[in-house]
Amino acid sequence: MSQTPSPAAALAPRRAYRSGTDRWLGGVASGLAEHLGLPLLWVRLGFVALVAFGGFGVVLYGALWMFLPADRQLTPVSPGLDAATRQGKRGGRPQRRLTDFGPLVAVGAIAVGVLLFLTLATGRTLSYGPLLLAGAGVAVLWWQADEAQRARWRDPSGRMGPLRAIVGGGGWRAWLRIVAGLMLLIAAIVLFSLRSGSLTVALNVGLAAAFGIVGLGFMVGPWLLRLSYDLSEEREARVRSEERADVAAHLHDSVLQTLALIQRSADDPATVNRLARAQERDLRSWLFDADEEGPTTLAAALRAVAAEVEDAHPVHVEVVCVGDAPVTEEDRPLVLAAREAIGNAARHSGAGTVDVYAEATPTGVEIFVRDRGTGFDPTRVAEDRQGLRSSIIGRMERHGGSASVRSIPGEGTEVRLSLPNRTTTQETP
Amino acid sequence: MTRRTVVIVDDHAMFRTGVRAELGGSVDVVAEAADVDEAVRAVLEHQPEVVLLDVHLPGGGGAEVMRRCGLAHGPATSGSPTRFLALSVSDAAEDVIGTIRAGARGYVTKTITGPELVAAIERVAGGDAVFSPRLAGFVLDAFAGTIEVAAVDEDLDRLTEREREVMRLIARGYSYKEVGAELFISIKTVETHMSSVLRKLQLSSRHELTRWASDRRLL
Repeated sequence: MSQTPSPAAALAPRRAYRSGTDRWLGGVASGLAEHLGLPLLWVRLGFVALVAFGGFGVVLYGALWMFLPADRQLTPVSPGLDAATRQGKRGGRPQRRLTDFGPLVAVGAIAVGVLLFLTLATGRTLSYGPLLLAGAGVAVLWWQADEAQRARWRDPSGRMGPLRAIVGGGGWRAWLRIVAGLMLLIAAIVLFSLRSGSLTVALNVGLAAAFGIVGLGFMVGPWLLRLSYDLSEEREARVRSEERADVAAHLHDSVLQTLALIQRSADDPATVNRLARAQERDLRSWLFDADEEGPTTLAAALRAVAAEVEDAHPVHVEVVCVGDAPVTEEDRPLVLAAREAIGNAARHSGAGTVDVYAEATPTGVEIFVRDRGTGFDPTRVAEDRQGLRSSIIGRMERHGGSASVRSIPGEGTEVRLSLPNRTTTQETP
Repeated sequence: MTRRTVVIVDDHAMFRTGVRAELGGSVDVVAEAADVDEAVRAVLEHQPEVVLLDVHLPGGGGAEVMRRCGLAHGPATSGSPTRFLALSVSDAAEDVIGTIRAGARGYVTKTITGPELVAAIERVAGGDAVFSPRLAGFVLDAFAGTIEVAAVDEDLDRLTEREREVMRLIARGYSYKEVGAELFISIKTVETHMSSVLRKLQLSSRHELTRWASDRRLL
């Protein structure tokens, strides 16, 4: 991640995840590479190299596979896009097949590793059969748990009955996995107990194991059941009421008030226009902007400036940004100069639209403010007109940038602001 | 000049009525549709010159309409004379670029004025691309970091320096005519550059664009 972390992200502890997108086996290597900030190839080679040490690489990989949580793959999407996707208005984005053979391979690998280790350590050959069977059984059950967890994440309702918590949304596949896993476990127990030779002993051991499991289930089961019901109901109710409160508050605060204002000033087209524009901007940012964290970036700062001008003057300010950069103290003059230029265009040009284009590159930032209004002759601007001379050109030059104005009477004006990037250390992707 | 035939596809009846009224007598609105199935039927039946297509549409979105019309006709370039102009209230980058990649010849937001919309329809019907400043900005973003003039000839997937200049001027709010005057080229040349950018955007498998698109789950 080369981006500057936002303050909120910096405070939260960094956690490692298994990568869900870039993976060969379980995404352990790529998840680890991202977490440690190492090249992916190194991490993969590291695992391979560690295999040479008594299979330690395999064991480590398997253990990480089990203990690292899977990456949630939840990219923050704006509410408007999210809703449109849910209602099938945006076309199906490709659903990733959630096949994860991870735990299966992982547990198998660990089992093999442990067996190898034991064999080497004790010098005795253990019976591999039952252990492998048991390992496979646990792996299949684990796999199902993984699938069920993913199903819960995807479940929009958030309802999570105890059955659903185990089975997930997998249908017959899920049941097949559970039954297969249990069968493998039982077979392992039976096989293990058969090694003593006598069938009665085997039966007794098997029965004892079965009773143990069932007894444990009886003890813990009801408690788990109640806990999961309580949790899911509470979560569901809370989410629903919070969402409703948010939507209601927003609609009330903004849309209703604007409608009331529009009705009151129905005979004043300019005001109606301004109100509608402000409301549109507000709703649009609410619906289509994924969580933007304050005007800390150039694009956000320019949009805020444009909104101020739109509120004060009957113009539409179209802001287009290419690339983006965090706004530092050194960039403030640039934003202020842009604001002055946009304000000038809104006040003097008489044009209905002002186009603002900003481009942030590693070498610097350029902003163009253009209108198609009356224009003027830049050489004949009176000395006492402070706006252009000192607030724009002077300000930019004082701070190491430059500004130029091109204006043709009758065709409009374009102000170009540029500020080279002096903090070159910032750009280390 | 004959009036262009147009089909309006949008799931809000009020908006369709509004657009129809705004277009007035300048174009011939032959049909309206409110979802993907209706839209495909209307387009195949009326064979309009231009389809004004909403991006968010019940039944799979505007991209689905273009896909199914394309299937019925073969490649959009040869078979059907119908061209799509996307018209949407959403100006999220992934919607805009996704729609262009699905085959639209242009993208304008619903706040566009009547005369501008008529001009855009005319341009799309003539086979040209329509880029709003915002779309031009997204295109530059998508192709970001691909400015190496020396390597242009080997790699058809990147924007040429000239195409980038044209895109930047469009993003700065210049009209085609003004772009031509600024760069000392004819409007026809500007249009050629725009079409070639559009083609690159639709066909490109270039690394940056692919990564940009896959970051936004467009692939």
